[in-house]
Amino acid sequence: MRTKKRTVAMLLAGGQGSRLGVLTKKVAKPAIPFGGKYRIIDFPLSNCVNSGIDTVGVLTQYMPLDLNAYIGNGQPWDLDRNDGGVSVLPPYSRGANDEWYKGTANAIYQNMHFIERYDPEYVVILSGDHIYKMDYNAMIEYHEEKGAAATIAALNVTLEEATRFGILNTTDDNKVYEFEEKPAHPKSTKASMGVYVFTWKKLKQYQEADEADPNSSNDFGKNIIPNMLNAGEALYTYEFAGYWKDVGTLQSLWDANMELLLEDSPIKLNDNSWKIYARNPNEPPVYNGPDSKIINSMVCEGSVIEGTVEHSVIFYGVKIGKGAVVKDSVILPNTVIEDGAVVEYSITGQEVHIGKNARVGASEDVAKAFLAPGKMTGYLAVLADETQIGDGIVVKPGEMLDQNRL
Amino acid sequence: MRNTMGLLFAYQNDEQMKVLTQKRALSSIPFGGRYRVVDFALSNLVNSGITKVGIITRDNYQSLMDHLGSGKEWDLSRKNGGMYLLPPFSQGGTGFAAGGSGVYRGKMEALLNAHNFIRKSDAENVILSAADCIFNMDFREVVEYHEEKDADITVIYHKAALEEKENGETGTIYTVDEDGRITDVAINPSPAIVKGEVNLGISQIIIGRTLLETLINECASHNMYSLHRDVLQRRVHDLKIYGYEYTGYCAKIDSVATFFDANMDLLSEDIRQQLFYQDRQIFTKIRDESPAIYREGCEVKNSLVADGCIIEGTVENSIIFRGVRVRKGAVIRNSIVMQDCEIQTGTQLEYTIVDKDVVIRENRKLFGYKMYPMVLAKGSVV
Repeated sequence: MRTKKRTVAMLLAGGQGSRLGVLTKKVAKPAIPFGGKYRIIDFPLSNCVNSGIDTVGVLTQYMPLDLNAYIGNGQPWDLDRNDGGVSVLPPYSRGANDEWYKGTANAIYQNMHFIERYDPEYVVILSGDHIYKMDYNAMIEYHEEKGAAATIAALNVTLEEATRFGILNTTDDNKVYEFEEKPAHPKSTKASMGVYVFTWKKLKQYQEADEADPNSSNDFGKNIIPNMLNAGEALYTYEFAGYWKDVGTLQSLWDANMELLLEDSPIKLNDNSWKIYARNPNEPPVYNGPDSKIINSMVCEGSVIEGTVEHSVIFYGVKIGKGAVVKDSVILPNTVIEDGAVVEYSITGQEVHIGKNARVGASEDVAKAFLAPGKMTGYLAVLADETQIGDGIVVKPGEMLDQNRL
Repeated sequence: MRNTMGLLFAYQNDEQMKVLTQKRALSSIPFGGRYRVVDFALSNLVNSGITKVGIITRDNYQSLMDHLGSGKEWDLSRKNGGMYLLPPFSQGGTGFAAGGSGVYRGKMEALLNAHNFIRKSDAENVILSAADCIFNMDFREVVEYHEEKDADITVIYHKAALEEKENGETGTIYTVDEDGRITDVAINPSPAIVKGEVNLGISQIIIGRTLLETLINECASHNMYSLHRDVLQRRVHDLKIYGYEYTGYCAKIDSVATFFDANMDLLSEDIRQQLFYQDRQIFTKIRDESPAIYREGCEVKNSLVADGCIIEGTVENSIIFRGVRVRKGAVIRNSIVMQDCEIQTGTQLEYTIVDKDVVIRENRKLFGYKMYPMVLAKGSVV
């Protein structure tokens, strides 16, 4: 017999994140490194723990190996518990027509028995693609207070941005009367953040009905929420005013990393009252060589910097050789940049090797003057994990490489 | 190495450490930007496949306990074996069973306090490891050597010249014959007489468990307490004592000067490679800090900077621990600044060791001397 839990969180971490291009070639989007030592999934996981939610199911599907290894037994987030804790929930074969998760709602439906084990009052649905700090517990309290069947966290966006989001149209007391997915002419600027609180009994009822409908795409935004609205259930928005960043594109991933360098960074990683936890790389402190120069940058332990680093985020285990220059870039873990190489306005994957005097990317202004932007990359140069760039080789701005260039 | 267990002496003589050991044992002094001295000895045991480690403490052990926690960072929070803290007076009873006075005149007396722990183990060999050494070593080879030689005791030494010590404790020197057997043990000889490179013990010793039990008994009943004097030296001819040479980097922390030098040694790439970039990692307590931030105008040369720091000033030839704030215009040279300190605008530090949680206010100038670094006590405000 398991202890009853008031709340179970379900984290949807199966997405590929195809707009992140080659960076998600080998890892799922939630496992993408962020901010020098974190992964995107550290944010929702830390939010759960800081909100007092100790039972979390992580639903994986795309390239789960790295994510599984990263989450492990949940110890870095204090989620190794006797009761509850973190459970990785891979898709599994069931019944005659075994299949992958059809949609977000189907993923939860297929793991219903996991939720049922804890007999919860509330289920929190989260996604692994956003950088933010949020107290889910405050949202649950609001949900309880309103007597809602579902509460959807909403962010106030601009009218232009509203066309890219799921938009919630509400009455003055935040009661939702309409949900529009990416409306051409938005009526409101309340955008869904993909954070839902459901009263479990209600969610279960609507999921079962949704599964019975062969035409449904089994998605929260497309099916479950509209169905609940149509049936007259009480749905509310919960307004979130803090920093929230979708890092679903290469540009937004770069932007979010760079925002950490601001003196008044919108997201405080070292705030003791709401810490973001990560699996620790256990590396010695950064060594700054005698001729090194680092300004306006973040550098993680385990790196050895002999060259120049400017306005960049350097992850753990990175080596930057003498005379090398790294500027306006995000350098993911265990990358080696040899002497004299120049990396500018780039995102380089994990364990990349950049040879002597190679040149990766160029400053955005220079690139704009000479080149058309890359399809997914804009003017960023992007290298996949484990790419090798030979001595003196050039990678142009806007290029996205997933093969060695020697 | 399921047949070997570790016993760590975490209470080394610390009179020479000044205020650094005012509120902590020598073994829990912060070291190298993010570690504590004990991390090296403990990680070595773990990396050698040892899963049962007793940690012998004597006094001021609160800080050490806080650092070690349940031992999970060293993978020592286990069902079988794991980490056992052995503070004084932990065995109860009187006389022999009480484990002596709790003052521990020597290691044999300290082991008396742990005799139940040792007796209950089914390990064949015990590694007696002093937690005051900065080194990275695989004990597996030594245990193999110990078994191959059918030795009673194997002591680990390295080649070094004797150094003058304030308290006269220059170390234990071994004379080793061609076969590796120890033929003579000299304790604390004067560097004025013993010159050149010698076989200097690094207080890491392998011994059979049943023999250790017998020796603890013998020593206790004869009021003998010193491992080096009463066992290694006295029994050098009737026990088979072998020596094993360790050739890697090794620094014994026994004074402010040796502590300072060992920290500065980490600025050498070769030594960092030997200590940190082997297959054998040095584990330590996790603090979950974000990476260090280097702001516009900062200048950091030949230094180690740990996570959680915000650097706005100048840092040269220094070791900066986790969570340190170096404000604009502050200049730190040849210094060690421990965790969570704040060095304010315009302040200059040279040859200074700043203990944890110190605030140095604006425009202060603190200069120590290379051979005699200034030490600021934990939590002080200058």
